[in-house]
Amino acid sequence: MLILHCPHCGIDCDETELSPGGEAHITRHGPGASDEKVEEYLFLRENPKGVHFERWRHSMGCGKWFHAARCTMTLEVFGTYPAQTTEPPESIRKILSEKRPGWSWRDFA
Amino acid sequence: MSEPQSALPGAAFTGAAQITETGLRGMITLKGDLSATKLKNIAKKVSGVDMPEKRGANIKGDNGLCWMAPDELLILCPHMDAPTIVTQIDKALKGTHYLAVNVSDARAVFRVDGQGAREVLAKLTPADLHPDSFGPGEIRRTRLAQVPAAFWMTGPQTFEIVCFRSVAQYVFDLLSNAAKIQAQVDYF
Repeated sequence: MLILHCPHCGIDCDETELSPGGEAHITRHGPGASDEKVEEYLFLRENPKGVHFERWRHSMGCGKWFHAARCTMTLEVFGTYPAQTTEPPESIRKILSEKRPGWSWRDFA
Repeated sequence: MSEPQSALPGAAFTGAAQITETGLRGMITLKGDLSATKLKNIAKKVSGVDMPEKRGANIKGDNGLCWMAPDELLILCPHMDAPTIVTQIDKALKGTHYLAVNVSDARAVFRVDGQGAREVLAKLTPADLHPDSFGPGEIRRTRLAQVPAAFWMTGPQTFEIVCFRSVAQYVFDLLSNAAKIQAQVDYF
């Protein structure tokens, strides 16, 4: 069972209060984009063993979206941050570099 | 005009705690920038209580202000006052980015009162209800079994619960079942 800290209302919420929103930091490639880009946007996802970034919604609470950085292998949660960003914040990257030296995820490292 | 009816008029159950449907309650959802002076002033004016802190619930009798989200307040008031209050808010916030909706008739309100009240709710929600973690002055939006709900405390052993009207019977049944005298756990 995951317990994630909602950065909006400050509650440490149980997974059952949240709705999963899939992978985080996906760039939307819309009309006019190349077929490869649209394919990437629609279908191509990471499936890492280790560091992963996800979207979650506090659906049974404040209703806001946030992102979580966690380890798919140990279920360790490195941190959560508001969804109004296109990349993981520096504070989260620092924690990751300490706990999982040499980590990389898509273009982030 | 037809008489307004609450979801389960007179529904009550007595066990480890007393469960009652409280009847009609005025509720207004106010969305907007909660740090804006105009919004704060009108919220205070219509409710008669101070702006709540994060996750706070300032309740005085039938009136109150509850913090629902970083951009949302729930205004509590007597049922018949709600339309007037919405008009007042519309007038005060005209031209700003906000939303005020009378949601009174979309909701049901229950009161859980008595020694077992904390336990009854703790059986149904993942929220931490230990007396050290949750007490009067706070609101918690969470779930009760399978449906969203919010509650706050009006006294050391009294909870008020808000849920959607469409699930009122479900929530009443849940609470009554959790409050069965044979089902006491005496955890708190």
